[in-house]
Amino acid sequence: MDSQSIATTPQELDGVDLPHPHEHPAYMRHHFEDIGQQREAANFGMWVFLLTEIMFFGGLFCAYLIFRNWYHPAFVAGSNMMSITLGTTNTAVLIASSFTMAMAVYSAEMRRKGQLVLFLVLTILLGFVFLAIKGVEWTTEYQEQHAPGINFSIQDFVHPKNPKAIPLAPDMAEKTQLFFFMYFVMTGMHALHMIIGIGILFFLVARASKGAFTEGHVMPIENFGLYWHFVDIIWIFLFPLLYLISRYR
Amino acid sequence: MTEKTKETHQDSEFHVVKPPVYLAIFFSLLVLTAATTAISYIDLGVFNAVIALAIACLKASLVVLFFMHIHYSSRLLKLTVAAGLFTFMLLISLTMTDYISRAWGMF
Amino acid sequence: MSTIVSLPDQSTAKLPAKSYLNQEYGLKSWLLTGDHKRIAMLYLFSITFFFIIGGVLAGLIRLELLTPPSDLMATDTYNKVFSMHGIIMVFLFLVPSVPATIGNFLIPLMVGARDLAFPKINLLSWYLYWIGGLFILATMVLGGVDTGWTFTTPLSTHYVNTHVVTAALGIFMAGFSSIFTGLNFIVTIHRMRCPGMTWFRLPLFVWGHYATSIIMILGTPVLAITLVLVGLERIFNIGVFDPTKGGDPLLFQHLFWFYSHPAVYIMILPGMAVISEVISTFSRKRVFGYTAVAFSSVAIAVFGFLVWEHHMFIMGVSQYSALVFSLMTMLVAVPSAIKIFNWSMTLYKGSITFETPMLYAFGFMGLFTIGGLTGIFLATLGMDIHLTETYFVVAHFHFVMVGGMLMAYMAGVHFWWPKMTGRMYPEAISKTAAVITFIGFIVTFFPQFILGYLGMPRRYAAYPADFQVLNVFSTAGASILGIGYLLPLLYLPWSLIYGKIAGNNPWQATGLEWQIQSPPLTENFPEIPIMDHEAYDYEWLANKTHHEVQTVG
Repeated sequence: MDSQSIATTPQELDGVDLPHPHEHPAYMRHHFEDIGQQREAANFGMWVFLLTEIMFFGGLFCAYLIFRNWYHPAFVAGSNMMSITLGTTNTAVLIASSFTMAMAVYSAEMRRKGQLVLFLVLTILLGFVFLAIKGVEWTTEYQEQHAPGINFSIQDFVHPKNPKAIPLAPDMAEKTQLFFFMYFVMTGMHALHMIIGIGILFFLVARASKGAFTEGHVMPIENFGLYWHFVDIIWIFLFPLLYLISRYR
Repeated sequence: MTEKTKETHQDSEFHVVKPPVYLAIFFSLLVLTAATTAISYIDLGVFNAVIALAIACLKASLVVLFFMHIHYSSRLLKLTVAAGLFTFMLLISLTMTDYISRAWGMF
Repeated sequence: MSTIVSLPDQSTAKLPAKSYLNQEYGLKSWLLTGDHKRIAMLYLFSITFFFIIGGVLAGLIRLELLTPPSDLMATDTYNKVFSMHGIIMVFLFLVPSVPATIGNFLIPLMVGARDLAFPKINLLSWYLYWIGGLFILATMVLGGVDTGWTFTTPLSTHYVNTHVVTAALGIFMAGFSSIFTGLNFIVTIHRMRCPGMTWFRLPLFVWGHYATSIIMILGTPVLAITLVLVGLERIFNIGVFDPTKGGDPLLFQHLFWFYSHPAVYIMILPGMAVISEVISTFSRKRVFGYTAVAFSSVAIAVFGFLVWEHHMFIMGVSQYSALVFSLMTMLVAVPSAIKIFNWSMTLYKGSITFETPMLYAFGFMGLFTIGGLTGIFLATLGMDIHLTETYFVVAHFHFVMVGGMLMAYMAGVHFWWPKMTGRMYPEAISKTAAVITFIGFIVTFFPQFILGYLGMPRRYAAYPADFQVLNVFSTAGASILGIGYLLPLLYLPWSLIYGKIAGNNPWQATGLEWQIQSPPLTENFPEIPIMDHEAYDYEWLANKTHHEVQTVG
């Protein structure tokens, strides 16, 4: 065989030990050379997608940073209105769901179907607990007239109900609306990612219970795990930035 | 060809992380959450924000390194994560060059 | 070893019996395809459609500016026309132009893969493109948007009553379509290269697209979130971008240009990628300084993220920060110049032939150089105050976008037309079209440099009568340019039926894509090839023709 030519026919590759196409598992897509390449490509693709997610939230963090520096007293006052109990609980819930998701990946690797379904269902439950607590917080904020653009009132900041809180001048109190806007947009975008994630989880549970991911095809579970952990990381930053500004006041 | 294929795909052996590691990370994250909440009640001046962010970064690193397996992954994936953080820092820092110095010389 | 026959002469070449075009028939086989080549064709039709709409709007702009008063249309109509022209041309034509069509078609072929890494995501990206396109068409039908393509706040959030949210949604969707294209390219280039295809054996086309994809991945999401904020601001009226409520309009500018400045490199890097291939092929030489050209693409992508504030020099940003950004902007000239010099050195002592793609490539080199150099004027803080928001800026970016990218796009379409369709375009008339385009372009946009320097502001329907002569030149040039673009629209479809059969390698080029049949098989390569030579190795090609193996027909 001429070493200078590019092999373009099957005949030219005679004698070269190629992986036989029919030995591949059913979940391998035809355009990949082998299953390792497919898994690497999918894994890398997910990470590249997460890069776009970093930058998507990055714009919000940038806006948050600027307004926090400009209107620090308003951000302190706004942050002090948050329920730290609910916030901390939610952080713990989300971390727990990340743990169950990591365990789901492990179960898939170990090819244990029942365990995989169990951990996926647990992740769904914890996701719902998180969204429920978040819903309670949003409802409270709406009732306290802290929903920007809908019923926002600066009364709580000019004449605070809490005797220890420092009243804000009206022009600074106006800026608390910016805090609550950033709060609603950031937690809203985060919750949207959670809702999408839970939707995918239902689909994964249905497929997992038929044994789709415990025969070596771990990739969908693993990739979804990456997404779910990423959503967790966003919350890990949102929690101190939104709930914990100067709590000692 | 088979040899070459093996060479290029050598890192396709995905590392399986064992449950004890996940458990250890899980509890570290819970402890750090409790710590960050507790510390926020102490008046440390500007260091409140610094410590809160430092703990958040530590937690995020734990999640990325162990839950997301970056600790066991190829250089390419490590570089991918670094690229994301780098670009995010570019966005923040270069925007800040404007916001920090906008009022210089005006007072 | 069997079936070794000599390379069929081009005059006796036959269309292969089986190819991606006749693998399956019917609308469904196209709309649900995962084949990157078919998706590239879908994109080719789609962006041509939007190019025609954008082009008609450009014609209307030039007609209005033929006379000093605003007589053809009312001033607010004019605002809508130039805004829609910008939005359609930037987001629906220039950004996807080369990557989603030629890039989509060629990257798997060039790296020796059977398809892109994620065929379904590739198809999804085309559908997202159309959803975005339909939103923007809806904007036009409902009455348009008049903020300019930049959606400047607080104009876009508070003061106009046009369809900002609809247009923003369209751009949001088109943005995700381009993210998915970039994602697919990056994963394919990293993970799907054939054995022996090392990074420094990749054609420069692939390097250019790799750099483009990096920007698409990292920049576009910032635009997406910015448009979300604009939409929320319009609906809830919070004041994030409204200074009277404590917001900051410059924050919008920072976030918007963080994407939209790198986006101009999304719009030019693929063009440069095409030019590298064309120049090498038609001067029969390896690209001079291959490594430098490859890294200059990546350098442009990285520097592209460091310069966005130069769009905001007169908007009240910090002078100190402007100084930093001005310096970094000038740095971008270095990798761009590396490319131009290296292409010139490639031409030096090459055996140059003047096929149509080469004519377009020459057009690119000249016009892009002018466009790039005038960019240095605008990066200079003092000059920028005089020149920004005048026709100088309009001329500058049209030299880069139209003179650069569109020329490169036409070069690429002609260069790979035989590979995509299996047939040659008519050479004589296409050469004429290339020359007409060049002349039309110069006559249209060169007077605008002078107009801008004299102080004619952009985005106005009316102008002082002193400026009329140059504007008449410009409008006359636009009609010549229009003919230049109309001709390919006529002769390229004609060539699908009447064109000469191209054969595998009509240009005697070295890329992997030229070593297989044209049009290619659905699976691209019967077996994954082994790359055993450097890129642009014409000696290898000369050797190979002696041992040509006929592809499976």
